[in-house]
Amino acid sequence: MREFDYRRADDVTGAVALLGADPDARYLGGGTNLVDLMKTGVERPARLVDVRSLPLDRIEPAADGGLRIGATVTNSDLAAHPVVRERYPALTQAVLAGASGQLRNMATVGGNLLQRTRCGYFADVTKPCNKRAPGSGCPAVGGEHRNHAVLGASEHCVAVHPSDMGVALTAFDATVAYETTDGPGELPLADFYLPVGDTPHRETALPPGALITYVTLPPARLAARSRYRKVRERASYAFAIGSVAAALEVSDGVVCDARLAFGAVASRPWRARLAERVLTGAPATAEYFAAAADAELAAARPLPGNGYKVTLLRNLVVAVLSELAEEATR
Amino acid sequence: MTSSTSSTVTLNINGEKHTLSVDHRTTLLDALRERLDLTGTKKGCDQGQCGACTVLVDGRRTVSCLQLAVASGEREITTVEGVAEGDRLHPVQQAFLDLDGFQCGYCTPGQICSAIAVIEEHAAGWPSAVTEDVRPQAAPPPLTPEEIRERMSGNLCRCGAYVQIVQAVARAAGESRTETEESAA
Repeated sequence: MREFDYRRADDVTGAVALLGADPDARYLGGGTNLVDLMKTGVERPARLVDVRSLPLDRIEPAADGGLRIGATVTNSDLAAHPVVRERYPALTQAVLAGASGQLRNMATVGGNLLQRTRCGYFADVTKPCNKRAPGSGCPAVGGEHRNHAVLGASEHCVAVHPSDMGVALTAFDATVAYETTDGPGELPLADFYLPVGDTPHRETALPPGALITYVTLPPARLAARSRYRKVRERASYAFAIGSVAAALEVSDGVVCDARLAFGAVASRPWRARLAERVLTGAPATAEYFAAAADAELAAARPLPGNGYKVTLLRNLVVAVLSELAEEATR
Repeated sequence: MTSSTSSTVTLNINGEKHTLSVDHRTTLLDALRERLDLTGTKKGCDQGQCGACTVLVDGRRTVSCLQLAVASGEREITTVEGVAEGDRLHPVQQAFLDLDGFQCGYCTPGQICSAIAVIEEHAAGWPSAVTEDVRPQAAPPPLTPEEIRERMSGNLCRCGAYVQIVQAVARAAGESRTETEESAA
């Protein structure tokens, strides 16, 4: 590991000033991803600015009736929060589906959104990778890509974003607030991650040196009836090979409103807006749920080794929406 | 800005304070084992994947291989050396002994620290990924074998002592529940 300077920030202004515009500096949250990447040489920061002591560890009601989640709230505290469990149960389920109890105690909300892909080529500094070493190539396209992207990828990078939490936050229209030396700003999560294109090393729309301060959730009545379902290759403690966050409002057998997002299929949590459009006003039946999934997945461009994900996602959507519809009529 | 690559940090471990100068690259795990001779905590994968290095930080289970020592000051750290009360083993330790919750023993300190926290998290009403209804008005899930397996999934055992580990956690959780009920009565 490269030697590095370490600073602990006490307030947000101090944190962004300590980092400045230094491209070699990184904010340290829980460290569950960053420290691991430093050990393998993928990340080689010259300075860490520890933000764990910042007063951003609270979950508070927002003025609009939604929820404001501090960036250093741990995954465990987010999942266990009574208001999250009551009003956004799919968010609790998504967080609990990720990592292990130990890692959830350390990991933070801001860090979760900024964690890096678990693509094996990205993690291996002896291999080419356009995300890690721009212009070096993408061995995954013609190599091991069983768990890579089927939506929104490019020939330059087919890595997926590993977050479970982010899938639920995307379904519920979260907004990311940040601070910079030039002042604060915010980004809807829908615009937070950049398209892959030919710049897979540029992952987010955050300005250089920005520190995520809060993630806010608008009020959403239908989110109280929501689910997150994750498919993985073992029963627990594994990344998704496909996941769905969904919320459904049904009246007289017809869908009045729906939220749908997919995980482990793209470089970012994938909001399924085409599917939502098909669902709204349609009968709440498996047939229409499948049609909605098909509408979204028509854009899928699977590689030779990951075509199974398209079928998996379609079946997941039908299963999760059917469960929600059944719950609604109970 | 002047920069340095080492710092002095005071670690509060099992109720004792240790002040040491650490290279910033030092993990809490390496500080415990290499600097403080607290070798009960084990290094397995060193990548946060196996749970062998689990310790309690401010009462919460944490993998010490991904925690930097320099960032661990002003925290209360409990390792497996600190969970017993004198000669009286912690109920989780006793249950692992009584029910053969290990074979080679390498993962055991991490399993024990993790299990202590699992029992507390469950008692605090935290749901898990296998909890059917996570809403707060739902009754807290009983600590079934399925719940224990899910909550302990961050601790791998290459000997495969899982069957007995689940039994040991269940027994220790039952005892801690009985103790709470007795002290309430």
